[in-house]
Amino acid sequence: MKRFTISPPVAALILAVILFLLSGFLPNSYGSDVKVALSQATNIVRLSVFLGVIAAGQTLVIISGFEGIDLSAGSIVTLTAILSYVLVKGENNMVLPALLVSLVVGAFIGLLNGAGITFLKISPFVMTLGMSGVVTGAVIIINHGNVSGKVAPIMTRLIARPISQSIPIPGAIVIWLIFGVLMWLLLERTAFGKNLFAIGVNRVASKLSGVNVTGMNLATYSLAGLLAGFGGFLVVGNTGVVLIQLGQPFLFPSIAAVAVGGTLLSGGKGSYWGSMAGAIVLTLITSLLTTMQMPDSVRRMVLGGTLLILISIYGRQQALRQ
Amino acid sequence: MVRYPAFFPLILLVLSIAINLFLQPNMFDRETLNSNMRVFLPLILLTVGQAIVLLGGGIDISVGGVVSIVNTILATRVGLDGSPERMWQFVMISLLVGALAGAINGFFIAYLRLQPIITTYATSFLYAGLALFILPNPGGGIPADIANLYRTSTPLGLPLAFYVIAILLMVWIYISSTRYGKYLFAVGGKATAAYETAVPVTWIQLSIYIISGFMAALAGIAITMLSGSGNAEIGGQMTLNSITAVVIGGNAFSGGIGGVTGPVMGAVTLSLLQNIISFAHINTWWETLAKAMIIVLALAVPGIINLVRRRRA
Repeated sequence: MKRFTISPPVAALILAVILFLLSGFLPNSYGSDVKVALSQATNIVRLSVFLGVIAAGQTLVIISGFEGIDLSAGSIVTLTAILSYVLVKGENNMVLPALLVSLVVGAFIGLLNGAGITFLKISPFVMTLGMSGVVTGAVIIINHGNVSGKVAPIMTRLIARPISQSIPIPGAIVIWLIFGVLMWLLLERTAFGKNLFAIGVNRVASKLSGVNVTGMNLATYSLAGLLAGFGGFLVVGNTGVVLIQLGQPFLFPSIAAVAVGGTLLSGGKGSYWGSMAGAIVLTLITSLLTTMQMPDSVRRMVLGGTLLILISIYGRQQALRQ
Repeated sequence: MVRYPAFFPLILLVLSIAINLFLQPNMFDRETLNSNMRVFLPLILLTVGQAIVLLGGGIDISVGGVVSIVNTILATRVGLDGSPERMWQFVMISLLVGALAGAINGFFIAYLRLQPIITTYATSFLYAGLALFILPNPGGGIPADIANLYRTSTPLGLPLAFYVIAILLMVWIYISSTRYGKYLFAVGGKATAAYETAVPVTWIQLSIYIISGFMAALAGIAITMLSGSGNAEIGGQMTLNSITAVVIGGNAFSGGIGGVTGPVMGAVTLSLLQNIISFAHINTWWETLAKAMIIVLALAVPGIINLVRRRRA
């Protein structure tokens, strides 16, 4: 059998387009109205932004290999969302400090993850799972049942609203595109990116060729925490309210988005474009199932089944016999 | 440390028993002991299955979903006024369902070579969705006298859970001495090396997920008899706890090192921790943080000891 090759990000994107076109046939969908279809498509991409940004940090730790994974991303999102909400208090001039605090807090939690994994040799899954509990505990204490705060008008303006009357593209999508280019530059055009893929393939070989594996590991987890922190800032800018369970629903989808985008969970191979496409596919499937007014049980089963089919297509590992 | 992976978990267990005894002096009374152990048993059963999967180099995130499926099957098909025959019949069916759910995981992971974590994550949605499909709203149940069989039986004055744990450990000691046991460690250590030395890797990988599904079904039966009622979300929280328990129990997350005794101690420690926190009258707001900090500390201590040792050497 001749092996036909199509890169996973492209495959995921094609799948998203086909699914979206098919969804036009649903009874309560856009039908033949192109204008409604376009605005619906824009809305789905806008919703994907938040999952996409949170999946960025996940992409980095997964590429770094050695069973890399960040299970604390969801709780970091909740924490920084609440921090931004409380700090901003509806004032535009507090937005930048709040963003800075979100990034620093996220990076600090990531650094703790990295330290536990690198120095204490705790496996990333368990370390970040434990950290997730600690951060959730901290959130409960900060939150104490309710918090008072408010999102600044400029955040809503930049994140949730269209750029201008004539261009109906929400600011979040523009932010995401710039973010995507930066991620691409980081992964493909910097020494950090090269080293990241190198340690993902083989840590011993990279160490012997002069890569500072310890430093890379710490930097990767800090960066992942920072990106999750940024995700929390964006999420609260969109929702305008905070809940104690705000970030957790993003956690496992962020891992799934990375896998759907063709990044190997064993590390060393992948791209952020893939994760972006994966985030769009997952958000699309979720919102389609909601549009179809499926009961929660069917929604979960379809989501699980789709994920299983997607990874069966290109998530397969090398055969034992070589 | 590596030679006796169950040494550190034993210290943790003794420590947590001591603290618990201090806070709850009647802990070893027959009644209290039984009421504690019957609550701990579902997690212990689940942890044993998870330990086998992790030993074999995999991970099973779908176990909570299997627990939920079994719970909803029993609660809807047996009913509060079902006959004992009907109950045992559906207990058997539940065990089959669990093994089948595990076999599905194993098929995708061993034969299609998908990555365990994302595969079982996907199937966890399938299973949790199926449980919710069987029983959309909490309800149903099993006959009270059958539930009491689990809740109050104390043969020879010892809680039922002790006998279950003893049987599990004896079976494990036997299995680890067989060829299957050696294969399990070989596959978990390095699957390619095991393959080259003629270990039936795919079959071992399939089998660990069947075992895990079967143990999850047992956990589901235990938790149903404990609660006496049905709730499709009952297993959701248990998955990550079972993984934490295995790692606290001294098994290597990447497979090939450890056993089942340590994880059983880990599961008891984790459950005792919950007791300690509720008995210590910690401010409710601080409970989650306190529990998580203690878990992280328990995970960190072996690493810190190693670090100090290496500095000295």
